[in-house]
Amino acid sequence: MRVEGRGRIDRSQPVRFSFDGKTVTGFKGDTVASALLARDIRLMGRSFKYHRPRGVLTAGSEEPNALIQVGQGHAMIPNVRATVQEIHDGLTVTSQNRMGPLDRDLMAVNDLLWPFLGAGFYYKTFMWPRAFWEGLYEPIIRRAAGLGRMTRGASPEANERAFAHCDVLVIGAGPAGLMAARTAAEAGADVIVIDENTEIGGRLLSDSEEIGGKPGDVWAGEMREKLAAMDNVRIMTRTTVTGVYDDLNFGALERVGQHLPHEPDLPRECFWRIRAKTAVLAAGALERPIAFPMNDRPGIMLASAVRSYLNRYGVAPGRNLTLFATNDDAHRTAAEMQAAGLRVAAVIDSRTGVEKQGDYRLIEGGQVIGTKGRHGLREITVRHGGRTEDIITDCLAMSGGWNPSVHLTCHLGARPVWDAEAKAFLPAPNAVPGMIPAGACNGAMSTSACLTQGKEAATEALKALGLKTARITVPKASDEAGSGSTLWYVEGKGRAWLDFANDVTTKDIRLAAQEGFISVEHMKRYTTQGMAPDQGKSSNIAALALLADATGRGIPETGTTTYRPPFIPTSIGAMAAGAEAKGFAPERFTTSDRAMRSWGAPMITAGLWYRPSYLPKRGETHWRQSCDREVRMVREAVGVVDVSTLGKIDIQGPDAAAFLDFVYCNMFSTLKPGRVRYGLMLREDGHVMDDGTTARLGENHYVMTTTTAAAGQVMTHLEFVHQCLRPDLDVAFISATEQWAQFSVAGPKARDLINSVLDQPVDNESFPFMACGEVMIHGVKGRLFRISFSGEHAYEIAIPSRYGEALFRDLVARAETLGGGAYGMEALNVLRLEKGFITHSEIHGRVTADDVGMGRMVSAKKDCIGKTASLRPGLSGEHREQLVGLKPKEPENALLAGAHLFREGDAATRVNDQGYITSVAWSPTFETHIGLGFLLNGRARMGETVRMVDHLRDKTTLCEVCDPVFFDPEGGRARG
Amino acid sequence: MQITCPLCGARDIREFSIKGHETYLHRPDPEAAPEEWNDYLHNRENPAGETRELWHHGSGCGAWLLVTRNTITHEVLGAQLAREARNAG
Repeated sequence: MRVEGRGRIDRSQPVRFSFDGKTVTGFKGDTVASALLARDIRLMGRSFKYHRPRGVLTAGSEEPNALIQVGQGHAMIPNVRATVQEIHDGLTVTSQNRMGPLDRDLMAVNDLLWPFLGAGFYYKTFMWPRAFWEGLYEPIIRRAAGLGRMTRGASPEANERAFAHCDVLVIGAGPAGLMAARTAAEAGADVIVIDENTEIGGRLLSDSEEIGGKPGDVWAGEMREKLAAMDNVRIMTRTTVTGVYDDLNFGALERVGQHLPHEPDLPRECFWRIRAKTAVLAAGALERPIAFPMNDRPGIMLASAVRSYLNRYGVAPGRNLTLFATNDDAHRTAAEMQAAGLRVAAVIDSRTGVEKQGDYRLIEGGQVIGTKGRHGLREITVRHGGRTEDIITDCLAMSGGWNPSVHLTCHLGARPVWDAEAKAFLPAPNAVPGMIPAGACNGAMSTSACLTQGKEAATEALKALGLKTARITVPKASDEAGSGSTLWYVEGKGRAWLDFANDVTTKDIRLAAQEGFISVEHMKRYTTQGMAPDQGKSSNIAALALLADATGRGIPETGTTTYRPPFIPTSIGAMAAGAEAKGFAPERFTTSDRAMRSWGAPMITAGLWYRPSYLPKRGETHWRQSCDREVRMVREAVGVVDVSTLGKIDIQGPDAAAFLDFVYCNMFSTLKPGRVRYGLMLREDGHVMDDGTTARLGENHYVMTTTTAAAGQVMTHLEFVHQCLRPDLDVAFISATEQWAQFSVAGPKARDLINSVLDQPVDNESFPFMACGEVMIHGVKGRLFRISFSGEHAYEIAIPSRYGEALFRDLVARAETLGGGAYGMEALNVLRLEKGFITHSEIHGRVTADDVGMGRMVSAKKDCIGKTASLRPGLSGEHREQLVGLKPKEPENALLAGAHLFREGDAATRVNDQGYITSVAWSPTFETHIGLGFLLNGRARMGETVRMVDHLRDKTTLCEVCDPVFFDPEGGRARG
Repeated sequence: MQITCPLCGARDIREFSIKGHETYLHRPDPEAAPEEWNDYLHNRENPAGETRELWHHGSGCGAWLLVTRNTITHEVLGAQLAREARNAG
């Protein structure tokens, strides 16, 4: 219920949202949890395994219990913490993990089966029959267990990513963090203050504290105003630091639009990467629950949460409060509830000799040993002084002390250290170099100590930055640390929960220990303790304390599990923001792209490039019709295709020739200016890396072409060879792929077409096969190369990119008057295959120069990359699979790339494998299917019949081994 | 992680790619024994602690760097141009 005069909500602004279809009204500033509690709705969800009714445990991001679904359709997000999600008009909230209505969940039958559902239950029960697991057990278990449901579609809501740099990153804006931020800011450092709450102040907003004679929240407000007014301070609220990475890199998740009505331009979340020179960790501490029997009913929550609901939201989570505590600090809860006019039935303290902090009934040396209430707490049973007593209550606040939030100090591998005096794990010294812990996360439990540590941490950070600390006095505050004893669990009848989110009880931990899972990491995996979305923030320490007791060890010997990022549940969508779609794979377009698309060409990707598959003509209904026509067009007239995607590397310098001799296995220093040569590039291990043509434009000027796929790899390789192996060579090179548009013009009428766009025509004398040179194209300086990838008389014509589209459209228009036109990748592939030219289908990384029949290209006259290795006995010869051509015995039988080859009579098994097929096509020129492949000792087996078997597609075809060059083996057509 | 490229200054790790241990700098003579080539091609030091590796500033200036770093702490201790490291022996 709402309490007048308390809370930081705006009561002038009512907000309406829906919970399980019913409209609930809260106020601006409410979370779903506080708004529901204000309406006395305590039941907010069902538990993971037993489907027990659950309410809130906390008032923060560590919430294990009150997990809800927000949003609708594909924008729906499961497992949102009701304690974090702010309400806004139109917000749709659904409870989850139930079958039927929330208060009559059909799956609650699981709760009656609890004696059978202990740790390792699935592994023990669903062992046999084995075949039932996938088909029967797993789907049933997955339906019954689990938290929330995923939508099956992509979320329409966008996320964003951002980067920030600072001198001092202050994580947490409670008293320690604010003091650190102020100290660093006054010294002139560039400061970022991050806090996951909606406003800064930390516990000062929830607890009645005084700082410098003012209420804590007033002091925090003044600090916020001071910091916000400084140019060198950035305050980021609703932002949680999720992880610490090397070199003080931080990940942080900001809730940008999650708390507001949907707006198309507003990202839901923003994932920040923050690089800090130093950092102050002021993450505070999380209160420990106590594992007493039946401690999971709605209405049982942490004492700190009760104070937060009262002081931040003006909500009393019950009308008749009880408190179960092990420490002085928790007693203030009772005092504050009384001050707010609420009834306190009893305070049960596990210790004796305790002083009261108000006018309430104190039960010393007492323990809660049971609770009642079907959908919410109604009554508790207390054991004290050798007897038991039932007490009527609708809200039990519990406090087992505090766990410092050491999580971020452990992200680089450090383990927290158990401090016997503080009875808590504290950050290891220098756990993250450059990140200084201060305040409660560092074991400082009084407000005064937090303020002092905050200032000291900032001073240390400033020293590292070489900045002078300004004179700042630490204001006076309480130095009461609230001493207490530890009580992790209470023995008694009934289950006592540790991990509420995963339904792990003290019994499960004991069972794990009994069955030999005594390592804390094994116990965790066997019981699933700490593996839910909250990652056991409120339960891991208690679980390991229980494990320590069960195995007769101490807490330090038992140790903690590993703390890993992210600190809070983080959606993959937020982390991937900016890296989906085009952010993941940018698009590269050739200058002919618009023309190709306007002609209806289906585009296919080649790396990041888009290239035309084929260019359909009217009446063509199948890609093969278009492809076959384009092949015939090139063989009979002329075709034009964009080859700009091939890598172009401009190489210049007095040692350019020597450099090329070193990176190619064949000679380039002997190439005459004005000529082009095919080159084969090896890796240092003797296998083929790439191939292409290189033109010598001048004495010291070459242009290398690479394959489209390997352009980047070759460029990196050349840089490596030059800088790391041959820095003595005076050569420079740069990629010019984007600067030149280049088109292949191929076919018997290629020269007619080329001459129609050149200012000075060429003929076979002036421009023979493998010639190159500068030309004027319609008055623009370009380049011409007489090279062929089809076996036809062909040219590649290059022009600066800005003229690319114009030249392409012009060439295609002129080609059409000659009976030709544009062609695509399918036809290009058939043409090269008919001619036996290799691509990366053949030079796939496991073949040598000898394998592809180019062993003799490895020059004996010089050293080159890969030469020594290529001469090793294992890398050439008849024991290797060699490049061959293949033709089916029946021309209409298709060959299949990826199929394997066997001797005609052999069984098609692995031991009989003779090779495989790499490229296939229907050849309209020869009216048969053809292929290239690798066959054991293939060059000596021309004419032999082998059997192609495709096990995957279940196809078998007999084929004849032949020379890989099907078309014009003498090469007369390209020279003519 | 950050690497301070001698040409570009301190840059984020995502601009670089690693090739491996500095062995790559010491290509054997073409006539060297097969064992020596085998070591160069296939065998790498993988120390726990300080090591020297070749990194490529591919999304930056294209320089190959010899980076000294600690494999345990991930601390980058220095970077120099590979060509200069080579010339210095």
